[in-house]
Amino acid sequence: MSKTCRLLFAGFGGQGILFAGKFLAYKGLIEDKQVSWLPSYGPEMRGGTANCSVIISDEPIGSPIVDAPDVLIAMNLPSLEKYENAVVSGGKIFVDSTLIDKKVERTDVDVYYIPATQMAYDNNIKTLANMIITGKVLKEVDGFSLDNVEAALKKVVSARKIELLGVNETALKSGYDYAE
Amino acid sequence: MSEKVLMKGNEAIAEAAIQAGCHHYFGYPITPQTEVAAYMAKRMPKIGGTFLQAESEVSAINMVIGVASTGKRVMTSSSSPGVSLKAEGISYLAGCDLPAVVVNVQRGGPGLGGIQPSQSDYFQSTKGGGHGDYRNIVLAPASVQEMASLTVKAFDLADKYSMVSMILADGTMGQMMEPVSLDVGEVKTYEKPWALTGTKCEREHNIVNSLYLKPEELEVKNFERYEKYKSIEENEVMYEEYLMDDAEVCVVAFGITSRVAKNAINEARANGVKVGMIRPITLWPFPKKVLADAADKCKAFICVEMNMGQMIEDVELAIRCKKPVYLCNRVGGMIPSPEEVLAKINEVNENGGAF
Amino acid sequence: MSVVFEKPKSLTDAVLHYCPGCTHGIIHRLVAEVIDELGIEGETIGVAPVGCAVMAYNYFTCDFVQAAHGRAPAVATGVKRSDPSKIVFTYQGDGDLAAIGTAETVHSAARRENITVIFVNNAIYGMTGGQMAPTTLPGQVTQTSPYGRDVETVGYPVKVCELLSNVDGAAYVERVAVNNVKNIKNAKKAIKKAFQNQIEGKGFSLVEVVSTCPTNWGMTPEKALEWVDEKMLPYYPLGVYKDIYAEEEAK
Repeated sequence: MSKTCRLLFAGFGGQGILFAGKFLAYKGLIEDKQVSWLPSYGPEMRGGTANCSVIISDEPIGSPIVDAPDVLIAMNLPSLEKYENAVVSGGKIFVDSTLIDKKVERTDVDVYYIPATQMAYDNNIKTLANMIITGKVLKEVDGFSLDNVEAALKKVVSARKIELLGVNETALKSGYDYAE
Repeated sequence: MSEKVLMKGNEAIAEAAIQAGCHHYFGYPITPQTEVAAYMAKRMPKIGGTFLQAESEVSAINMVIGVASTGKRVMTSSSSPGVSLKAEGISYLAGCDLPAVVVNVQRGGPGLGGIQPSQSDYFQSTKGGGHGDYRNIVLAPASVQEMASLTVKAFDLADKYSMVSMILADGTMGQMMEPVSLDVGEVKTYEKPWALTGTKCEREHNIVNSLYLKPEELEVKNFERYEKYKSIEENEVMYEEYLMDDAEVCVVAFGITSRVAKNAINEARANGVKVGMIRPITLWPFPKKVLADAADKCKAFICVEMNMGQMIEDVELAIRCKKPVYLCNRVGGMIPSPEEVLAKINEVNENGGAF
Repeated sequence: MSVVFEKPKSLTDAVLHYCPGCTHGIIHRLVAEVIDELGIEGETIGVAPVGCAVMAYNYFTCDFVQAAHGRAPAVATGVKRSDPSKIVFTYQGDGDLAAIGTAETVHSAARRENITVIFVNNAIYGMTGGQMAPTTLPGQVTQTSPYGRDVETVGYPVKVCELLSNVDGAAYVERVAVNNVKNIKNAKKAIKKAFQNQIEGKGFSLVEVVSTCPTNWGMTPEKALEWVDEKMLPYYPLGVYKDIYAEEEAK
């Protein structure tokens, strides 16, 4: 991983945008990185658009706000349209192609299309498109891997829903293994 | 509890307060600080403490007065409009010389304003807010770790000086998660012979009161209080210096804007611009001396604030207007970007500090 | 010679600042007698209001905190939650309790906060010099209702006991008066019950004491006592408005 990776997760409220971000932040923490996680907040969170900024770095983090992401995870069309041009040149965009039929117009970024919502539906893990697409992030972004996935999941899956730990792991792996 | 956990700033405040021995919390829901109340609602019953959602901010601060008068540690939290409502109670706490911790996770104003982060309650918290001559100790955290550690510090200072300590955060600091260690160390306790604990018919009654109908007495009370404030200004100033050794341009910023400014300063340094930052951690007492010293070395100052220019007045006063002070600001819930701050740094650096 | 009458132990030697003929003195005494009789002086914490009784802290020997206008029940809530073993009472006037502090009054009752509230209703703001209160009677002349309270423009008085009788959380609500010996005896009984309730953990108890203000009413003390019978009590009838434990026993 380059010294600092700035990620922006964006989609609808209810898609697990904040959860996926928190998972990556915890994974970073376990790996002794500096991390920050900043959600959008307020009424817009109730079913509207949701996004969260995650920074994982080898150095102390200044601003926790990600205006120019190295990595954009877009889980609905408005998010892609809003943030596509904010991604740094040479950055990566992950698109949930089930929900977004538009193609990324920029040519100076790497784009990964993954039908995360359809895959979640097919595998009977409907709520975990967020983790499927995050799995793809683990595969494609420098510095990320499947290491410490279980430990990080243990930190973010609440004790009451501990039975969901396994399916989260499955979702991550299926995204990781997905080939376009 | 030294293992680092990821926590929201609001939750870090709540847990740190409990660790600091605060077992009584009174609040009222308001964005973006509601997580403090939610966390307290979960935790307090488990430790035999009190969480009470009051009928108003006004009642909440008065419940705080009740607990404070018995000598126990107590806290309330809110966001800007709610803190305006607490102003009456904060003035009474000052007039009664009672210790308490008040948290303001600021949002844009005035009026109902917005719910996005802001620093526009700087005047309100550092200059008064309520009526009468009084001060609050005001602490401005710039990380989730500081949300915790400064909360512990706030309780200590409140007890040490028998007055209100305020945590002045903003929506970003409240909502963001960062790793935090909740190892608060040893919590000091203070004797409170004035506390209302029942006379047991063994001592004269204690009276907690802010009413002095004789002006001679009220004047003496005010003089005494300002002696106390003077010693706080001498002993409790906290700030962080960042790359100030050879700095020619000095950025002054607190809380979230100091984080943004750090990015800009690093970028400017990479381009050879000699810029540093003084970050006030205590907004009152304000770090006047270090700023005055910097005025002898630097050619100009830049205040980065999320308000229309509030702290900038204190900076100008602290440096006696010896050098120009420029404002780099966004308001209404907008946060300045590192690029905006960098542009200001470059502009000020090139102009060489000319007005 | 045997002592047949003396100052209650729970009152200090301070000279009361109240006007001649004001019944605050009687009510202070009743509260102090009750504290003595229940033996709770050393465990009691009082909350003083803003109003004529603002300096109550100088008159009672127990610990005291002075609250902002109307906020006494909130302050009392804090004190009681801090140490439930203490006996906590507020002593408030009508402007304090029924105007600026209405929310605090209603919600401390709704929470069944285990505190005792002594509510002194004399239908006027005394300390500020005789302005219209939330309990000023229709037609009553005050400094701010110089032509008499006109209900068409300023509305009606607030009947606190009637109001609180509809609040589920309130445990005991009674209205008493201190304008004659019989009423004073009843008043003491009610005040004692309101403290006893707290000792037994029975929850929010409020005693409204119909009082006088000869100075601001512009009457002799004697005439003021008569005016209570003639004008106040018809509008503010005495009696128990709520007593959930008596109601339960009756069932």
